[in-house]
Amino acid sequence: MSTDMNTNNEQAVHTNLDQDGILTITFDMPGRSANVLNDDLSDGFTAAIAEIENNKDVKGAILTSAKKDFLVGADIDKVFAIKKPEEAMTLADDFKAMLRRIELSGKPVVAALNGSALGGGYELAMACHHRIALNEPRVQVGLPEAKLGLLPGGGGTQRLPRMIGIQKALPLLLEGKSLRPDKALSSKLVDELADNKDELLSKAKAWCLATPSARQPWDVKGFRFPGGDSKHPAIAQLWAIAPSMTNAKTQDNFPVVIDIMSCVFEGGLVDFDTALSVESRYFAHAATSQTAKNMISTFWYQLNALNKGASRPKGIPQTTVKKLGVLGAGMMGAGIAYVAAKVGIPVVLKDISQESADKGKEYSAKIMDKKVSRGHATAAQKEELLALITPTADAADLAGCDLVIEAVFEDRGLKAKVTQEAEAVMDQEGVFASNTSTLPITGLSEASARPDNFVGLHFFSPVDKMPLVEIIRGEKSSPAAIAKAFDFVLQIKKTPIVVNDGRGFFTSRVFTSYIAEGGLLLQEGQHPRRIDMAAIKAGMPVGPLTVLDEVSLSTPLIIIEQNQKDLGDAYEAVGIEDMLVTMVRKLERAGKKDQKGFYDYDAQGGKKLWSGLAEHFPLAEQISEQDLEDRLLFSQVIESVQAFEEGIVTNVADTNIGSIFALGFAPQHGGVLQFINAYSMKNFVARAEELADKYGKRFTPPALLIKMAKANETFA
Amino acid sequence: MSDALIFDAVRTPRGKGKKDGSLHEITPIHLLKNMYDALQERNNLDTSKVDDVVLGVVTPVAEQGSCIARVSALYAGWNERVAGVTQNRFCASGLESVNLAAMKIMSDQEDLVVAGGLESMSRIPMGSDGGAWYMDPRVNNTVQFIPQGIGADISATQMGYSRKDVDAFAVRSHQLAAAAQSAGHFSRSIIPVRDINGVIVLDHDETIRSGTTVEKLSALKASFEMSGKMGFDATALRKYTDLEAIDHVHHAGNSSGLVDGASLVLIGSAAAGAAQGMKPRARIRSCAVVGSDPSIMLTGTTAACEKALQKAGMTINDIDLMEINEAFASVPMRTCEELKFDMDLVNVNGGAIAMGHPLGATGAMLLGTALDELERRNLSTAMVTLCVGAGMGIATIIERV
Repeated sequence: MSTDMNTNNEQAVHTNLDQDGILTITFDMPGRSANVLNDDLSDGFTAAIAEIENNKDVKGAILTSAKKDFLVGADIDKVFAIKKPEEAMTLADDFKAMLRRIELSGKPVVAALNGSALGGGYELAMACHHRIALNEPRVQVGLPEAKLGLLPGGGGTQRLPRMIGIQKALPLLLEGKSLRPDKALSSKLVDELADNKDELLSKAKAWCLATPSARQPWDVKGFRFPGGDSKHPAIAQLWAIAPSMTNAKTQDNFPVVIDIMSCVFEGGLVDFDTALSVESRYFAHAATSQTAKNMISTFWYQLNALNKGASRPKGIPQTTVKKLGVLGAGMMGAGIAYVAAKVGIPVVLKDISQESADKGKEYSAKIMDKKVSRGHATAAQKEELLALITPTADAADLAGCDLVIEAVFEDRGLKAKVTQEAEAVMDQEGVFASNTSTLPITGLSEASARPDNFVGLHFFSPVDKMPLVEIIRGEKSSPAAIAKAFDFVLQIKKTPIVVNDGRGFFTSRVFTSYIAEGGLLLQEGQHPRRIDMAAIKAGMPVGPLTVLDEVSLSTPLIIIEQNQKDLGDAYEAVGIEDMLVTMVRKLERAGKKDQKGFYDYDAQGGKKLWSGLAEHFPLAEQISEQDLEDRLLFSQVIESVQAFEEGIVTNVADTNIGSIFALGFAPQHGGVLQFINAYSMKNFVARAEELADKYGKRFTPPALLIKMAKANETFA
Repeated sequence: MSDALIFDAVRTPRGKGKKDGSLHEITPIHLLKNMYDALQERNNLDTSKVDDVVLGVVTPVAEQGSCIARVSALYAGWNERVAGVTQNRFCASGLESVNLAAMKIMSDQEDLVVAGGLESMSRIPMGSDGGAWYMDPRVNNTVQFIPQGIGADISATQMGYSRKDVDAFAVRSHQLAAAAQSAGHFSRSIIPVRDINGVIVLDHDETIRSGTTVEKLSALKASFEMSGKMGFDATALRKYTDLEAIDHVHHAGNSSGLVDGASLVLIGSAAAGAAQGMKPRARIRSCAVVGSDPSIMLTGTTAACEKALQKAGMTINDIDLMEINEAFASVPMRTCEELKFDMDLVNVNGGAIAMGHPLGATGAMLLGTALDELERRNLSTAMVTLCVGAGMGIATIIERV
């Protein structure tokens, strides 16, 4: 006997009861490419659960999906809209109640994961009695909520520790790490793997038939946590150090870290149903936190919008780069060649000598060797990638390149020369891009025969790790050229932001304001260690003095001197000019590359503040830590707003994502402009005025902010 | 207001707080019984006149749990009218008992009180009572929990004490303790622990190593370096932002040892003493507790001493001898330096580095040691102080009568 309960295509959930009494429940939301946990899905699913509970003919059930993925989480719109903790608790409690019905039905329910099961999707899988995943590398399993400042509110913080133990569950929950099927199996996040969809369903059915009545381990009397509950001595020791271990990386800037720990700790002391209720309270705490709002708006809405082309000129057909030319095989050029070859683009890597060009290609070989040794790539993949890179000293090899990126020294004359050399041979319709980090694009394009096809493509070092590329629109750059650059950035799987031309564009300009503030603090007599620590505590990845040592103090000095030369009387002093001259020229301490800058560096990679620093920058009265932190963040935020006012950056998403992905600007704030939203426009203006009074006019709030504060506006 | 007078002070010898320690096979309550017996016998005490027993126990669970102050008095055969209270102020608990007893007497609410402490660290391991302080991650994070040993290392780093400095202090502790032991300076207070048959189990402090040298100690591995690297150092460096790194100088050899022991002090009013025919030895001039840096947890001693001096209307120059608990070598070093006191008058018979620190019992032990030494040297005043977990400090000033 076979009943087909619900095959209406308008429904999100389909059920099919076979002759053995196995009910297959398939998620297939109409009109969407992926299933998402919203009301449509839960309505259909609730009906299916009732079928399991009430239909005597149903002996067991299989949950699966007709989409590519199984289920990739909750409806973010709904979570983002939460205002009050009570709403969040209701949302979480309702979901939990539904999951609880699955595990308490008494009948075996198997999750047949035909694709990725993430967040709420994996929580649903955990509420099933058995989990089988399709063994394909595209399939991912895990609870990534923490990456958006959230925690799993569907019992994930309770079921996972009860499945794999507190010690193993904590890092997965805290880092929001997703696992591929093989790793998910060895970590016991799934119980079995299947090689194809048929095997997946037949294994699921076989398990149902072999397990006529199923209960979760935590619903069996005498249940014990694998590895011990929160009271167990070894786990109690873990709790003593867990906050320190995590905050050593996150600086206590993400409240969700402790929210997750509280769920697991407290949940490990009480019964399962009480634990679920405890989790809802912390879910509400996280979901209503400003940090979650910041992270969701930037890392979800804005990032998705950018990657979907929000900043791409409209109405221009999609392009792909077929052959890339890279001029200059130094660290940047070699990195660009690697990321392009990695996505299958043939690359001509040109330098002045064959030897230098070969060396640039060697960079890719080294990266691939490391991947092969770690099992992340095969030797064949390495050869395939290397075969795409042609090192050369001959400009003629650039023939047929539809995009050429120059990454030679920051020297106008040299850049002009290589531009003309390349344009003579490359695809005449192609785009020429400069990877300059500071020189205005419009000026560079004067050397070009086709300035409308000339753009800036600002990569960040190391290219293979940094997720962002800043596209610079010169005065003459055509929309088609920008679109082509944009498509290329997506092609190499990076996030593009588009900015207008100007000294330092967007990211270098904000970076300069950060290191300048660090330098000013040092000159004022603030303790150098306190300066760097204040930045780190505020959420920056590296303190300003350390970062100056790392990029070398001569880099900003050269830029400053170039600007002084270019601008003459119009040059506005940053305030650290003399300090840089003293450090670089007088003391010959240009930074890490010479093992001496603000810090002394030893061969083991350790660093220690240079003992002579206090002699040149004597300590004065120390300002409060709050002032230190605010100065280091406000300087960047205000510079960004000025860039926004001047039209260098033109939308909020570019500005926020650019600040985080390029500069590491405190991610808990969701970027430089979201920082102001979260601070509240009025409070930000007031605090900026206070800082301006105390520390200088560079903190004077820009007119745009004062206007927005009056109109009660935010950066949206 | 009555004077709080000290009539007697007794303590067990301190036994190594491990399985192979001499007192490991003796139950904690039996350690106490030995002390009750001695107090009663030595003072020919009518126990029905004792109002209360105040007992400090830092890990008051299992055999040390359920208000062992009251139960131990009953077990020792004291009159059923003797009440009892167990309290926990971490390492200050023993001295806290003395201070609470003194306040009871000074306030005329009680006349005769037994104060003391107990800790069988070999049987009830430190931390086995758990606690929201470090177990609950939200609390742990709020108070920026780091283990006290790392606090000691931070303190040493701040003060510029090198590994050699703290090791030299440890050697001093052992040498002074060994000398005091062989000269019999502890004999007035130490009551040998006897088993159920009256057979002596231990009659001397058993962890003193007279042969210790700085060279020998230099071989020991810093105890807190690993957990520091795992994350605690980062927490500390976020707080002490002018430190670049923490110099991990403390180890088992320059920190207080884990030991088993108990101590009792008999405190009362002049009238209550006279009624029992007891001669007072000293009076408690003042006492103080303070809260201090909760991360280092070891800097409250100075502030507590200053507070006690101020309450007594005294200055540091009025103090003849000090006992500063040697939780870690850097504690007495820093306290003495901050108070500008003469190190030659501090812990003159050694301290917890040599003889161990039976957490709840130590404070009352130090009080007895200080009093014995005042009498031996015929001096007048002593100040006893201990650093306290979660960042507190305690001090008591006594004066011979």
